[in-house]
Amino acid sequence: MIAFAQPGIIAFLTIFVLAVFVGNEVISKVPSVLHTPLMSGSNAVHGIILVGTMVVLGDAHGPAQVILGTLAVLLATLNVVGGFVVTDRMLEMFKGKPKPAKAAKADPADGSPA
Amino acid sequence: MTPAAISIPLATWTDLVYLLCAAGFILALKGLTNPKGARRGNLVGAGAAAVAIAMTFSRPELRDHLAGVNHGLNLILMIVAMVVGTAIAVPAARMVKMTAMPQMVAIFNGVGGGAAALVSITEFLKLTSGSGSSIPPAVLKFLPTGVTSPKPAVYVIAEVLVGVLIGSVSFSGSAIAFAKLQELMTGRPITYPAQQVINAVVGLAIVGLVIATLVTASVPLLVVVLVLSLVLGVIFVLPIGGADVPVLISLLNSFTGLAVAASGFTLGNNLLIIAGTLVGASGILLTRMMSSAMGRSLPNILFSAFGSVITATGGEEGDAARPVKSGTADDIGVLLAYARKVVIIPGYGLAVAQAQHTARELADALTKRGVEVFYAIHPVAGRMPGHMNVLLAEANVPYDQLKEMDEANPEMATADVALVVGANDTVNPAAISTPGSPIYGMPIVHADEAEHVIFLKRSMRPGFAGIDNELLYNPKTTMLFGDAKDSLQKLVAAVDSA
Repeated sequence: MIAFAQPGIIAFLTIFVLAVFVGNEVISKVPSVLHTPLMSGSNAVHGIILVGTMVVLGDAHGPAQVILGTLAVLLATLNVVGGFVVTDRMLEMFKGKPKPAKAAKADPADGSPA
Repeated sequence: MTPAAISIPLATWTDLVYLLCAAGFILALKGLTNPKGARRGNLVGAGAAAVAIAMTFSRPELRDHLAGVNHGLNLILMIVAMVVGTAIAVPAARMVKMTAMPQMVAIFNGVGGGAAALVSITEFLKLTSGSGSSIPPAVLKFLPTGVTSPKPAVYVIAEVLVGVLIGSVSFSGSAIAFAKLQELMTGRPITYPAQQVINAVVGLAIVGLVIATLVTASVPLLVVVLVLSLVLGVIFVLPIGGADVPVLISLLNSFTGLAVAASGFTLGNNLLIIAGTLVGASGILLTRMMSSAMGRSLPNILFSAFGSVITATGGEEGDAARPVKSGTADDIGVLLAYARKVVIIPGYGLAVAQAQHTARELADALTKRGVEVFYAIHPVAGRMPGHMNVLLAEANVPYDQLKEMDEANPEMATADVALVVGANDTVNPAAISTPGSPIYGMPIVHADEAEHVIFLKRSMRPGFAGIDNELLYNPKTTMLFGDAKDSLQKLVAAVDSA
């Protein structure tokens, strides 16, 4: 048995720490009206775990890894697709257009493979 | 094409595109902090996600030939799972009622946490089995040839543990939060004997197992950590009262972000690290903003077993006997029609009854008669901060009629009528007058300062926080029982004929 190290670990930590500051800075001032949409939008952003699930399933071998990986892809897809669509629906209300028309045929990119 | 361009490996392009997508996520969150850019911000985020996902198909893990890996099968399963997920998520997100938004967010958050936990555990299976594996080629290079079962470094195991632990807590916690909001279970805090002892035992067990896993890199131990983390998520959320659940969802959202970042560390994926950390960091801040909008501190919300005191003292027999004044729609219609200033205080009941349109009709009818009408919006009216604004905007209520609580309160004393539609806790004077009350300290709309108070309510049942409201028994209060929409329709008719 030999313990291996991750060569990139310091770079990852650097990115992590910087991202903490960016995350704090970026929402430092937000009206309470937007608390819910912002929460929902950031909920959608972490749905990008789908990328991770795809990588994991991609070279999964053996039933356990394949089953877990497939389940992970399914859950992550729900997160990213549902998250952006539900946020878009909330924000439809903020258009402030005088027309009551249900014009918004918004079709947010749903992250499904082309 | 120059030879130089050709020599850049595909993996580098992928990473470059990931970097752009990470920038897209930052812009998306930035956009979501102001009303004008919010919708575009969300679309930018969705676009970035779509590009990142498409680009992922070019990654070596999905293409390079490794022993024992059936890429064809994996790709088919991947695409099927994505199609099925999209087919479920889009209609669910499109058709969910505006009032049920919060629990929808809870679900989408929970599955994200679950996915992060699964990524971490599956990657751990690969790392410990040593074959195939998505250990980056860079790492494999450092392994002496012939090493088939390398033991990951302690911090690699730690990354996996963080992903599994936080992701699982977020998953099961969100499930309970959903059940509470969907009223599949009581919104009241759930307490049971020896709660503290059980929490301590589970907590200590997890700490012990985490240490053991760090030392042994054992898969079975990790599975036990996973199961106990799921239990922890449940017992963490059970004692939190329904009214506080939205703040909790925000916290769990932040947790999922951190779990995603942890998975990013394990996989060596910058995009996951950046996106997850952004959400984790901003989510904690947002959670604190939300709890301060409710006038409470985060620890107070999480650990006070909100409302448990009340189950002991809220003698319903005693209250049932107290006199309550209830009026007819006609009387109240006259009162409204001849008032100078009417303040509508909407709450979740209005949303449930889908009465936002009827409320606007009433406001229009009153405005036509020269009555000054505005809405006083409590920051947490509805179920989440900002929820009520969304619902009223859906009904095309003019923006200038919406006043935030701080703006509305100074005007309450000069209002003739405070019309409380399906709200309760947000106008409960106990928040100011009763230090022992669980909502003590929460800012409220001062409905009690108006000359008359009208409550449109279905029953005398307490609000979401599960506590009694003195204002209902106040002599200047008149109740109009019934469904909010029906009552409002009757009021519109009464005002028109007054």
